Amino acid sequence: MASPKSETLEILGAKIRLRRAGKGAPMLFLHGAGGVAVWLPLFEKLSESFELLVPDHPGFGASDTPPWLKNIGDAALYYLDLVEALKLDRVHVVGTSLGGWIAAEAAVRNCTPFATMTLVAPAGLRVAGVPAGDPFIWSHEEHVRNLYHDPSFAERALSVPVTPELADLQIKNRFAFARLAWQPRLFNPDLERWLHRIKTPVQLVWGNEDKLLPVAFAQAWLKRLPKARLLPIPQCGHLPHVERADEVASAIRSFIRETAP
Amino acid sequence: MRFHAFHLMPYRHLDLAEANKHRSYWSVLPNRLYDSGKGADLYQEYLDQLVLAAKLGFDGVCVNEHHQTAYGLMPAPNLIASILIDRTRGMQTRIPIIGRALPLLNNPLTVAEEYAMLDNLSHGRIVAGFVRGIGCEYHASGVNPIYSHDRFHEAHDLIIRAWTDPGPFEFEGEQYNFKYVNTWPRPVQRPHPPVWIPSQGSAETIEWAADPKRKYPFIITFSPIESVLRFHELYKQQARKFGYEADGSQLGWAVPVYVAETDEIAIKESAQHIEALFNNYLYMPLEMLLPPGYTSINSLKAILSTKKGMTTAKQSMADILAKGTFAVGSPETVRRKVEEAHAKSGFKVMVCMIQFGTLPDALVRKSTELFAKEVMPKLRGLGESTAKAAE
Repeated sequence: MASPKSETLEILGAKIRLRRAGKGAPMLFLHGAGGVAVWLPLFEKLSESFELLVPDHPGFGASDTPPWLKNIGDAALYYLDLVEALKLDRVHVVGTSLGGWIAAEAAVRNCTPFATMTLVAPAGLRVAGVPAGDPFIWSHEEHVRNLYHDPSFAERALSVPVTPELADLQIKNRFAFARLAWQPRLFNPDLERWLHRIKTPVQLVWGNEDKLLPVAFAQAWLKRLPKARLLPIPQCGHLPHVERADEVASAIRSFIRETAP
Repeated sequence: MRFHAFHLMPYRHLDLAEANKHRSYWSVLPNRLYDSGKGADLYQEYLDQLVLAAKLGFDGVCVNEHHQTAYGLMPAPNLIASILIDRTRGMQTRIPIIGRALPLLNNPLTVAEEYAMLDNLSHGRIVAGFVRGIGCEYHASGVNPIYSHDRFHEAHDLIIRAWTDPGPFEFEGEQYNFKYVNTWPRPVQRPHPPVWIPSQGSAETIEWAADPKRKYPFIITFSPIESVLRFHELYKQQARKFGYEADGSQLGWAVPVYVAETDEIAIKESAQHIEALFNNYLYMPLEMLLPPGYTSINSLKAILSTKKGMTTAKQSMADILAKGTFAVGSPETVRRKVEEAHAKSGFKVMVCMIQFGTLPDALVRKSTELFAKEVMPKLRGLGESTAKAAE
């Protein structure tokens, strides 16, 4: 098991923490609102076949909170700068929840650097009549429980001792999340009008029991994306890449093999 | 010492047992629990209480703004202020609106306009209160709390300029942009109506309010008396850092007040109603009280470490009495409490919340009359005499 190498990038005056592991075609992982507190089993799997790059978004984790970060569009354009700075002209993207939204916002602006995109329960769209959960009103415990279908994952997450460092990290991530997603809550009404611009093959992965963004949201993405398919995962919540890491890792590998050999 | 009567206009007929099934009395409390027949009568009852206070000699009658809650039925406080202005016509009574929640507005110029109208309608009797709204109201309005402070400061600057700079002018901000700022009418009071800043005492707000450019009276709301006095002291220290001595007229204490014949009667008559205020109407979980950015990260950490967020913990009458978040007792007791607090801080603005929680009309009227007749006259000289003694 190779441990990731951590480095600091400076782009647009902001220091960003980037972790890398593995060798192969480059793959950029864009995390969700909770950040990347631990190196996930999914990362172990993916770094067997890819050079995996896992940045902390601006405002999250060990990255700076730059003054220019005002909304989701800023985060998206930042990542277009980042792929240019790292000379990633054909990169596979995996984005979960908030990270999936950022990936889609970047791709409607310019999808040419992206070889494939796997969006795991991405935020960013709304579906009339299908209410999303509200992570800003849920208590911490409620939030954690609502992320998983299998309660043992929530129990494990809740039993991790909250060190002062972890508490600080959670507050920082929550502030950054609010900056990007408070209003409109978890979506951008303009995004769906431009999804047709994403010519990149997209695989959507969605837990059938997602309590934050119900799986019905996947249909809105499928309707607008020119090259998209859906992998629904039964008995799974909002974090399939955690609850079903093996399944998601192999789905990503086979999707890439089929669409971008 | 100046005395003001203050009202939240809560929906006091609420079925508390039913309401307690919900996360909070704010934002998510189903509005089917509001009966408009009872509510319409409440507005008249509450207006009459404030007019009674004005007639009994309170220096001002105050209203304020809250949204989507049984805690207060004044999402548009200027509507109530305009009625009070008319019902106190010919009197000297001030009408403080404490205050409008500036960051919640997409067009703060409406506040410049409405306050200017009220200042004209009252011939210069209004006090312009500016607040940020409470945490929940960022859920209710959708406004991103991350920008709460920025929007507050920018909206404030815009409103003051709209009242004082010759219009039309162009306003270019980060949060607000206006090609034309040209407020009609202009306010009657010059250079503008007095501004009050009600607050729970954040360091950032104290520094901002005490700035010599502003010297805004700082009204500490619903806090334990020790905190009130500490924040008054911080304000005074801040003023000294700026090179001046804060006057008692810059320091205010807003507190629920209940006066009855004896301490025992006062406590017995008010207990369930004040507990309803703190434990039911004002209760909200942390996620609603302090959304991200409503406080700075450092302030939030400080609050979490002391767990002082009083609205997230249930408290009994005994707790409330021990903390001094409530001025209750016989006229003698309440007078002594105010004198003791005054002796420590020298504040000269007392904002008395004459009705709270479920307190019924008859008790409000009795307590308000006792306060006005038995307490207020004997405290009038507070601050005035110390000023004379110092001369």
